[in-house]
Amino acid sequence: MTGVLGVAGADLGAARMQMALSLGWHIVLACLGVGMPAITLLAEWRGHRTGDHAYRLLARRWARALGVLFAVGAVSGTILSFEMGLLWPGLMGVYGEVIGLPFSLEGIAFFVEAIFLGIYLYAWDRLSPVAHLLSGVPIVLAGVTSAFFVVAANAWMQHPAGFVTEGGRITAVDPWAAMFNRATPPQTVHMILAAFMVAGFLMAGVYAVAMLRGRRDRYHRLGLLLPLTVAAVVTPVQIGVGDWAAHFVADSQPVKLAAMEGVFRTGRGVPLHLGGIAVGDELKYAVEIPYGLSLLAHWNPDAEIVGLERTPPADRPPVNIVHPAFQIMVVMGFALLLIAVWLALSWKRRRDLPDSPWFLRGVAVSGVAAVLALESGWVVTEVGRQPWIVFQVLRTSEAVNPAPGLVYGFVLVTAVYVALTVATVYVMRRLARDVPVPLAPQEPDVTGYKVV
Amino acid sequence: MPLPQIMLVVLWIGLTAYVLFGGADFGGGIWDLLAGGAERGRRFRDLVEHSIGPIWEANHVWLIFVIVLAWTGVPSVFASVTSTLYIPLTLVALGVIGRGAAFAFRKVSSRLWQRRLFGATFAFSSVVTPFFLGAAAGGIASGRVPPGIAAGDLVRSWVNPTSMAAGALGVGTAAYLAAVYLTRDARRGGDDALAEEFRRRALWCGAVVGVLSAVSLLVLRADSPALFAELTSGRALPLLVLSVLAGLASLVLLWRRAYLAVRLTAALAVVGLLWGWGVGQYPVLLPGLTLDRAAATDAVLAASLGSLAVGAFLLVPSLWWLYATFQRDRGEVSRRPA
Ligand code: HDD
Ligand code: HEM
Ligand code: HEM
Repeated sequence: MTGVLGVAGADLGAARMQMALSLGWHIVLACLGVGMPAITLLAEWRGHRTGDHAYRLLARRWARALGVLFAVGAVSGTILSFEMGLLWPGLMGVYGEVIGLPFSLEGIAFFVEAIFLGIYLYAWDRLSPVAHLLSGVPIVLAGVTSAFFVVAANAWMQHPAGFVTEGGRITAVDPWAAMFNRATPPQTVHMILAAFMVAGFLMAGVYAVAMLRGRRDRYHRLGLLLPLTVAAVVTPVQIGVGDWAAHFVADSQPVKLAAMEGVFRTGRGVPLHLGGIAVGDELKYAVEIPYGLSLLAHWNPDAEIVGLERTPPADRPPVNIVHPAFQIMVVMGFALLLIAVWLALSWKRRRDLPDSPWFLRGVAVSGVAAVLALESGWVVTEVGRQPWIVFQVLRTSEAVNPAPGLVYGFVLVTAVYVALTVATVYVMRRLARDVPVPLAPQEPDVTGYKVV
Repeated sequence: MPLPQIMLVVLWIGLTAYVLFGGADFGGGIWDLLAGGAERGRRFRDLVEHSIGPIWEANHVWLIFVIVLAWTGVPSVFASVTSTLYIPLTLVALGVIGRGAAFAFRKVSSRLWQRRLFGATFAFSSVVTPFFLGAAAGGIASGRVPPGIAAGDLVRSWVNPTSMAAGALGVGTAAYLAAVYLTRDARRGGDDALAEEFRRRALWCGAVVGVLSAVSLLVLRADSPALFAELTSGRALPLLVLSVLAGLASLVLLWRRAYLAVRLTAALAVVGLLWGWGVGQYPVLLPGLTLDRAAATDAVLAASLGSLAVGAFLLVPSLWWLYATFQRDRGEVSRRPA
C-alpha cells in the first residue's frame, strides 16, 4: 500500500471526522430505533389490557414520532454503508469479506425491521389489537439483533480474529470466528443496553419538561414513568457491563486502557486518575485514588498496568481525548444511576414519583446525559483504537481513500447533517405541538389521532 | 453452480429488486415534482404519498443488501468502485438522505410552506439519486473503473457518454415504472380520472424511455464497443430482445388499459436490460478482473449465502404480507388535508 503514503493529512483528517460525524449522528437515531419500539409496545400493551386512554394515546403519539425517526435513522445508516467504501476502501477491499457475515445478517434484520414497521404503523387501524401488538414484536427483535451484528463487526476491528493473510491477501477466513470474537460479548451487550437507556431517558425527558411547565395529568405522568422505568432498570446493569468492558480492554487492548486512564509508566499498584490532562508524557492536575486502577481493572491492588511508554509515541492514541471521554461516560453513568435509585426509593415508599422539582429537572436532562455517555463511550472505543483501523493489523492511514478532495466531501456532508438536524428537531417539536394533548384523553382523542 | 456465481446472481437479484421497487419509489418523487402547483397537484401527491408510504423503507433495504453483498462477495471490486466513483456515490448517498428524510418530514407537516419545502427536497433528490446511480453504473459498464483503490479517473469515470446516457435512463426508468404502478393504484383507489392521467403520463414516458434506450445503444456502440457487441450479437442478445419486446408490449397494454399486466411487462423490460448488462459483461467484473479472482473465500460465501437462504424463509412471507396488506384496499386516498 505504498501509494497511500501520499494521502494528504487534511484528507485523512476529513475522512475521520466525516466518519465520526455520521456515526455519531446515526447512533442516536439507532438507539431510538432499538429502544422506542419496545417502549411503545409496552404502552400499547398496557392500553390494550386496561383500556386506559392515556396509555393508548401515548402509544399512538410515540408511534407517529417513531415513523419519522425511523426514516431518518434508516437514511443516516445508509450513508454509513456507502462511507465504509467511499472513505475506507483499504479496509473494505481486503477485510470486507471478513466482516461480511455480520453485515449480511444485519441486512436480513433491516428487512424484517422495515417490513414490520410499515405494517405496524400503517395498519394500526386495520389489524385486530392483538395482531397489531404482535406485528410490533419483530421490530423489537430485529432492532436488537441488528445492533448486535453491527457492533460485532466493530468488535472485530477491536479484536481481529478468524482470518489468515499471506502477503496482504486474505487466504482463509472463518467468518463465524470473526463475528464471535472475544470483544463481541461485552461490546454488544453494553451497546444494546445503552440503546434502551438513551431511548428511555430521552422519552421521559420530554414529559419531565411538560410536567415542569405544569402539566401533571395522568397522561404526562405515565409518559414519564413508563420510559423512565425501563431506563432505570437497565442503568445499574449497564454499569456492571461497563465494568466487564473495562476488564476486557485491560486484557486485550492495554494501550487503550493506558490512554483511558492516562497511565504513562508501567507499574504495580497503579492509582485511578480522576480528571487531569496530559502534558508531554505526564498526566497533570489529576486526583489520584491509590491502587484504584489496578483494583478495578484486574481485581488486584497490586496488578501490573502497562503504561503508554511501552508504545512508540506515534502509535499511541491521543490521551487528551480518550481520557476525558472515558470520565464523562462514567460520570454520566453514575449520575443516571442516581436518578434511577431516587425513582426506586420513592416508588417503594409511596408508589409515586418523587415530589421534588429537582427530580423532574434531573429527568429532563437525563436524555442528554445518556447521549453524552453514549457518544463518549464510542469516542473511547474508536479513538482509543487509533492509529489502527483494525487493531494492530491495519493502520487508519493505510485504509483511507487516497483520492484528493475528501475535505470537500466532508464539508458537504457536514452541511447536509446540519440541515438534517435542524429539520428533525423542528419536525419533532411540531409533531408534539400541532395536536395538543387534552387534559383527560377520551376515546375520540385516541382513535382520532392518526398514526400516519 | 460454484459459490462465487451464486453470490453474483443473488447480488444481481438484489439490484434488480432495488431498481424495480426502490426505483419506482424514486419515480414517485419525480411525478411529485411534475405534479404542478399545490392545489392542482394535490391529488397526484396524495396518491404518491399513499402508495409509497408503507413500503419505501422496505424497498430501500435492497440497496443496503446490494452494498453489503458487494463488499462481502467481491471486496476488491467494491473498494475499487467506491474509491474511484466516490463523487457520484457521495451524491447518491446524500440524495438518499434528502429523499427519505424529506418524505417522512412532509408526511407529518401540516403547513403549506413546510410541505412545499420538504416536498421540493423530496422531489429534487428523487431525480438526482437515480441519475447519479445510473452514471456510476455507466462508468462500470464502460470499463472506466479499473481494479485498484482510486485507480480510475475521478471525474471521467462518471462524466462520459455512457454514464450520462445511463443516468438519464435511470431517471426515465424510475419515472416510467412509477407511472405504470401508480396507474393501477389510482384505479384501485377508485379514482378513474386520476388513473387516466397517470396512464397518459405512463404512455409518453414509456415512449421517451424507449427512445432513450435506443440512443443509449448508439452511445454504447461508440463509447463501449465490447459491451455493445455482447448485447447485440453475443450471449446477451436474447435478454435485449426480451427487453425490447416487453417494452413494446407495455405500451400496447397501457393503451388497452390492462393495468395489472403492464406492471409485469414494464418490469420485464427493465429486467432484460439489467440482466443483459450483467450477462454481457460476465465474467469480467472490472477491466482485467474476473469473478474467480475477485470473489471472497468459499467459507465466507457459504456462510453468507447460507444465512441469506435461511433468512429468506423469514423475509419472503413477511414481504408478501406487507405488499398484500397495502395492495388490498385503497378506498381512502384523499382523506388527509393538504
Ligand atoms: C448510556 C450509555 C453508557 C453508559 C451509562 C456507560 N457506557 Fe460505556 N460505552 C457505551 C455507553 C455507555 C457505548 C457507547 O455503548 C460504548 C462504545 C462502544 C461500546 O461497545 O459501548 C461504551 C464503551 C465502553 C468501554 C470501551 C469498550 C471498548 O473499547 O471495547 C468501556 C471500558 C466502558 N464503556 C466502560 C463503562 C463504564 C465503566 C461505565 C460505568 C459507569 C459505562 N461504560 C457507562
Ligand atoms: C455508531 C456508533 C459509533 C460511533 C459513534 C463511532 C465513532 C467513531 C469515531 C469518533 C471515529 C473516528 C476515530 C478517529 O478518527 O480518531 C470512528 C472511526 C471509525 N469507525 Fe466508528 N463508531 C461507531 C460504530 C462503528 C461501527 C459499528 C463500525 C463498523 C462496523 C465502525 C467503524 C469505523 C471505521 C471504519 C472508522 C474509520 C477509521 C478510524 O478512524 O479508525 N464504527 N468511529
Ligand atoms: C452501534 C452501532 C449501530 C447500531 C446500534 C445501529 C442500529 C441501527 C438500527 C436500529 C437501525 C434501524 C433504523 C432506525 O431505527 O433508525 C439502523 C439503520 C441502519 N444502519 Fe445502523 N446501527 C449502527 C451502526 C451502523 C453502521 C456502522 C452502519 C454501516 C456501516 C449502519 C448501517 C445502517 C443502515 C444501512 C441502516 C438502514 C436500514 C434500513 O433501511 O432499515 N449502522 N441501524
